[in-house]
Amino acid sequence: MGASQSARTEHEFQDLADRTGFSLEQIGNLNKRFRQLSKNEETLSRQDLASISALDNNPLRAQIINAFFDKRNLRQNEAGTVQVIGFEEFLMVMSHFRPAAMHITEEEREKLRREKLRFLFNMHDTDSDGTITLEEYRRAVEELLSKAGTIGQETAKAIADAAMLEVASTTRGKMEPDEFYEGITFENFLQKLQNESERATNLERRETERRKRRIRPWPLAILMDS
Amino acid sequence: MSVRVALHSRSFLERGLLLLVILIFLEGTVLTLGAASSPDISAQDNTGGHDHLDDHRGIAGSHVHPNYTKKAFPVLSLDYHHIQVPFEISLWVLLASLMKLGFHLIPQLSSIVPESCLLIVVGLLVGGLIKLAGEEVPPVLDSNLFFLCLLPPIILDAGYFLPIRPFMENIGTILMFAVVGTLWNAFFVGGLLYAVCQIEGTYLSQVELLPCLLFGSIISAVDPVAVLAVFEEIHINELLHILVFGESLLNDAVTVVLYHLFEEYSGAGEVTPMDVVLGVICFLIVSLGGIAVGAIYGILAAFTSRFTSHTRVIEPLFVFVYSYMAYLSAEMFHLSGIMALIACGAVMRPYVEANISHKSHTTVKYFLKMWSSVSETLIFIFLGVATVAGPHAWNWTFVSVTVILCLVSRVIGVVGLTFIINKFRIVKLTTKDQFIVAYGGLRGAIAFSLGYLLDKNLFPMRTMFLTAIITEIFFTVFVQGMTIKPLVDLLAVKKKQEAKRSINEEIHTQFLDHLLTGIEDICGHYGHHHWKDKLNRFNKKYIKKCLIAGERYKEPQLIAFYHKMEFKQAIELVESGGGVKLPSAVPSQVSMQNIQPKKLPPPVAERALPQFTKGREEEIRKILRSNLQKTRQRLRSYNRHTLVADPFEDGWNDFILKKQRLIELEKKVRLMSNYLTVPGATPDSPTMCRARLASDPNAFYNIKASSDGVPTIQVDLASPQSPDSVNMLNEFSKRGATGQGLGQREGADRDEDQGLMMKPAGKGEKGEEEGGNKNPGLMRCLSDPGPSNEDEEDEPFLP
Repeated sequence: MGASQSARTEHEFQDLADRTGFSLEQIGNLNKRFRQLSKNEETLSRQDLASISALDNNPLRAQIINAFFDKRNLRQNEAGTVQVIGFEEFLMVMSHFRPAAMHITEEEREKLRREKLRFLFNMHDTDSDGTITLEEYRRAVEELLSKAGTIGQETAKAIADAAMLEVASTTRGKMEPDEFYEGITFENFLQKLQNESERATNLERRETERRKRRIRPWPLAILMDS
Repeated sequence: MSVRVALHSRSFLERGLLLLVILIFLEGTVLTLGAASSPDISAQDNTGGHDHLDDHRGIAGSHVHPNYTKKAFPVLSLDYHHIQVPFEISLWVLLASLMKLGFHLIPQLSSIVPESCLLIVVGLLVGGLIKLAGEEVPPVLDSNLFFLCLLPPIILDAGYFLPIRPFMENIGTILMFAVVGTLWNAFFVGGLLYAVCQIEGTYLSQVELLPCLLFGSIISAVDPVAVLAVFEEIHINELLHILVFGESLLNDAVTVVLYHLFEEYSGAGEVTPMDVVLGVICFLIVSLGGIAVGAIYGILAAFTSRFTSHTRVIEPLFVFVYSYMAYLSAEMFHLSGIMALIACGAVMRPYVEANISHKSHTTVKYFLKMWSSVSETLIFIFLGVATVAGPHAWNWTFVSVTVILCLVSRVIGVVGLTFIINKFRIVKLTTKDQFIVAYGGLRGAIAFSLGYLLDKNLFPMRTMFLTAIITEIFFTVFVQGMTIKPLVDLLAVKKKQEAKRSINEEIHTQFLDHLLTGIEDICGHYGHHHWKDKLNRFNKKYIKKCLIAGERYKEPQLIAFYHKMEFKQAIELVESGGGVKLPSAVPSQVSMQNIQPKKLPPPVAERALPQFTKGREEEIRKILRSNLQKTRQRLRSYNRHTLVADPFEDGWNDFILKKQRLIELEKKVRLMSNYLTVPGATPDSPTMCRARLASDPNAFYNIKASSDGVPTIQVDLASPQSPDSVNMLNEFSKRGATGQGLGQREGADRDEDQGLMMKPAGKGEKGEEEGGNKNPGLMRCLSDPGPSNEDEEDEPFLP
């Protein structure tokens, strides 16, 4: 019984490894952690995550926990939240934070990049309508500054406003006074993050490289690609 | 055409003049140096000193010296020696500065050849001139002068402005290159050189293994000065820059230890395994000790700057003196002075910046840049001079083998190490990156100075070493330094983005930091984000409290960044001609009203519309025009307030307050503009407009700002108390004018008109509260009339 159990688990793990890209060892570790967090249950609830003491000081605690229960991060094209997640879902969310494998094609890389950024975008876009509105942005900045006490609360709005202005001006350019910028769409977000995610997630470099490769003088292009 | 010719000839004339001046100075230098080395001057010095002594006694009382013979009082005397040393130093500095100036006057030249190469050439010329004059070339690059005076400013500049974040993110790679890479280079070059020296027919068989290794350790270290000089011109991306530059800074400890180790044993002979262990321990002590010394001085500097709020003038001095003391203290124990300086600068900067005034910060920045650029220039010139001066022992085999081995070992080292490092890095170093890192390994004056320090008796081949070192330096600086720029372009290596740090970037960086920390916590894996977070919290909780004065330590990074950004914009605004446009986060045509979620205008407002008749508008205009005189006074006082020193630095807070108020204001204006549609305003007669323009030159800016015909809101920043009623008027007059230049000019004029239109204090305070500015530290601003209440908007013009 025990042997067949472990064989089943192994088979499951292999399956998960194929889908999420984690190695078997990583999945084993994450499974251990999952069991620890869920107190050996099959599913993980919000309370389980909220009970992690290390998260207490994180200003983004609520947003991070929400991300684990957001349907958009679990399955595609579905809004709303779930109450509990299983190990597979847990892995799905976690896989967004996996570094890209060494040898994958540019398309795959680009796809991965978009997925990661989509995850980030979803964290800001709380009402899942496809745009980060000023209100949502303000809330995000407020949350970011929530550990700063009263000073933070006052300035958060101004910061969010300035940031929103910046996005609007870089993505739209000139705007008439009666025009209305409804919020950051995912495309804007990609555009805006072209030069920002670089340091933190190191995704952008490849993109630029890809763009640069196209304009490289041809003799060199042949040299470099061979 | 003739004009152009004239222009050309003029610029030639200028260049000619400049050259002449430089020549004169060169001549002066030569002469002074000649004077320095001639013995009769020193004799004169003795007598001069004696005279001086006599003078003193004479002052004390001439009756003590009965044999004092009275001479005619010398009306004019020449005592060059008295001022010789400082005068010559000044001449050198002047020469360096003029050179720097000269290169930027000839853009064609400086775009092809890096400055460092040109400076070396100048040094060669100067050295040649000195030699031609038949004088002894002074030992300009001797180690004391170099290590104690020329090097520290450059390193401090680098350390103080070290981009901490990329540096820490790549610290593993940098350390790998700096420690393992340098060790590899030293032993590879040293060992193979020894092997080559043993070959028959090279006449080098007297060179032993240890001197070879010593030479290898001197020649293998990448030089920060050379790297900075070249990399600053090619604008490479941040990652590559920090990799090469970080390596050049951190390999100092390795070089110091290897140098002392080999110098010690080449006298004593045998090296035992025990010595190797001692060497490793020594390395740890030298590097960690240097960092510790630097950090201690850095914390001291930060702590001192906490109390300088009443003596702002000497604030910058603390930064310099503490850093220099850190360097000297580290050098005293033969620790790594470079690492001490880097640590000192990096540790003190965040706290010092929070404490010192903005002006002091600018001073620190400028002084560091000035000193480091003069030092750099002098170093390269001296390198040229020293080349001419030194005795040379040219050995083709040794020199060419050195150059080739340096290149080969660098390439092998970088490629090999990258192969290992890439297994641990998230961003892999590509082939191109590796190429630039390998190619950017320039050698420089540190190697020369270390070679110069060698004892002639212990190392009979010192001259040959020096020649080889100079050749290697020249090779790297000239060949690699000159070709790296075209290569970077050719390979399409990513360049540095010139864009300034945006607020979004800061938000997302922080967001990602917290997110990744959170995910690490959920995983239960304590990676570097976890520890970074811990460190940050510790810093916030305890260290900042101790080291930062006042309430500012509570300020989170994001807010601090935002304020800094705002402040910078304010300064740019003031410098660009004073308070015309709203200082939005970006110089754009998008204003707050575009991103605000639309709210329905209040129904009462609809009824307010017909009350704005044309007659009343005229009346309003008259009132406003009568305030013109006061406006000008107000403008002047504003300028004085901001541009001239104010001891309490409240310009900052003032500005933040203003900015927030303006945002509030704009919201209201936007609300009102929804229902305010007023028939076109009759423009003034052209003559009148011109007259007004003449009387108020600031109006020019307004014209420029509004000439593109985009109906944006323009709030006059110059008036600390600009009531929103003004903006409303401005808005409708602009709409009325429908792009007519005159009308706009008039509207803009009017915008400035209401300078000191005082309001009842009660109203002002109400507006203040509404503006959302409840900062208790800004009580004085409460006396200013703030934006008025919305329900009073119908009659804001009737006092």
